[in-house]
Amino acid sequence: MKLLTLNFLTCARKACKTSAASFPLHPREAELEQVELDMNPQFIRNVLPRVEWEAMRSISQELGLPSLPDTAPGPEELADAEGGPTQILKDLHTLLMETTIASGKLLCANCGHEYAIKEGIANFLLPSHLV
Amino acid sequence: MSRPEDSLPPDLFYNDVESRKYTTSSRIRNIQADMTHRALELLDLQEPSFILDVGCGSGLSGEILSSVEEEDGGPHMWVGMDISSSMLAQALERDVEGDMLLADIGQGVAFRPGTFDAAISISAIQWLCNAETSDVSPEGRLKRFFDSLYASLKRGGKAVCQFYPKNAQQRSMITNAAIKAGFGAGILEDDPETKSVKVYLVLSVGGGDVTGAVSGMQDVDVYDTRRKERKRGKEFEKKGSKAWIMRKKGQMEAKGKVVKPSSKYTGRKRKTAF
Ligand SMILES: C[S@@+](CC[C@H](N)C(=O)[O-])C[C@H]1O[C@@H](n2cnc3c(N)ncnc32)[C@H](O)[C@@H]1O
Ligand SMILES: [Zn+2]
Repeated sequence: MKLLTLNFLTCARKACKTSAASFPLHPREAELEQVELDMNPQFIRNVLPRVEWEAMRSISQELGLPSLPDTAPGPEELADAEGGPTQILKDLHTLLMETTIASGKLLCANCGHEYAIKEGIANFLLPSHLV
Repeated sequence: MSRPEDSLPPDLFYNDVESRKYTTSSRIRNIQADMTHRALELLDLQEPSFILDVGCGSGLSGEILSSVEEEDGGPHMWVGMDISSSMLAQALERDVEGDMLLADIGQGVAFRPGTFDAAISISAIQWLCNAETSDVSPEGRLKRFFDSLYASLKRGGKAVCQFYPKNAQQRSMITNAAIKAGFGAGILEDDPETKSVKVYLVLSVGGGDVTGAVSGMQDVDVYDTRRKERKRGKEFEKKGSKAWIMRKKGQMEAKGKVVKPSSKYTGRKRKTAF
């Protein structure tokens, strides 16, 4: 699972919907894997305003990744004078698009439910009593 | 032919054997690719977008999203959800670019509000009509799905769901659940009244006039509650729409006139007018 996706996922239980603690989900025993992907600057530009930067910072910290700047980079920091990709854009690409959780768990801080991740795929199937 | 939806639940029907058969069939791959291209045409995305693929299976629909060229507004990033681990295993084997979740869409879509630019679903949501246990009903699952899908899309976002309704009742049960969730909704049919008819539910999260976003689209019959009442429950048939042309053709033929054979392009406007 890409860290980008993790930044948008919430706990699936109905009871957690209204609780602020159900986002972000917390990675546990996570094994990271870098998966190479072509850079898509337009996509990053498009999606970046929707990324919850605070959550991104805490997720990175929990995963032991280098700490992120206090605030999200602005659109003007993504392209250089010639319109080419800046180092900041490249770093965002590495962090959001290429850093994946290959296995581990995602924990909801509200209800304590753990979603298992195997081969990069998180299991969000809820047993019927938790739906 | 019997419908797989009537035989088994989806996670059991799409087991290892069936998932491999499905994914390696060139006939199926072509059909799924065509329908995904059609859905993309209806979404009309202008820039690389974040897309939810509902019932993504082995990624036959998703890989089309990844392969849209830059000059056509792509490539897009997608997240897929599917209830069959065998289908997802096929996707892993094929090294698709999207992210995937093992999940039951009848339990809802667990993303933050406004996450996605758009959503597609190719040949999946009719499965939601086949759930009958003591604690879940098709209506309940459809509601949970469409309510959460609506919330997960950004304002102005669109969703296109191609599906295979068993009958008129299923078709309206699904459409009504989408409308109740707040979507502006329209239905488009390619090759209507043939064995290979394809039904597309076109949905928009709009401000203001909820039907505005779909009424401008080619061939889409808009569901509008007011119009529906006036027409006493009949679908609205726009003059020049495919449904209208097909009816006229039928009338002409009945009068013994020569009528051009209908194709999937019948009633479609040229690309530039889109
Ligand atoms: C005909 S396949 C289509 C797969 C893919 N969209 C394509 O175009 O090839 C239908 C898929 O819907 C999935 N499906 C059915 N019911 C589902 C549910 N309740 N939640 C998630 N996926 C479901 C099935 O597992 C199957 O992979
Ligand atoms: Zn929870």
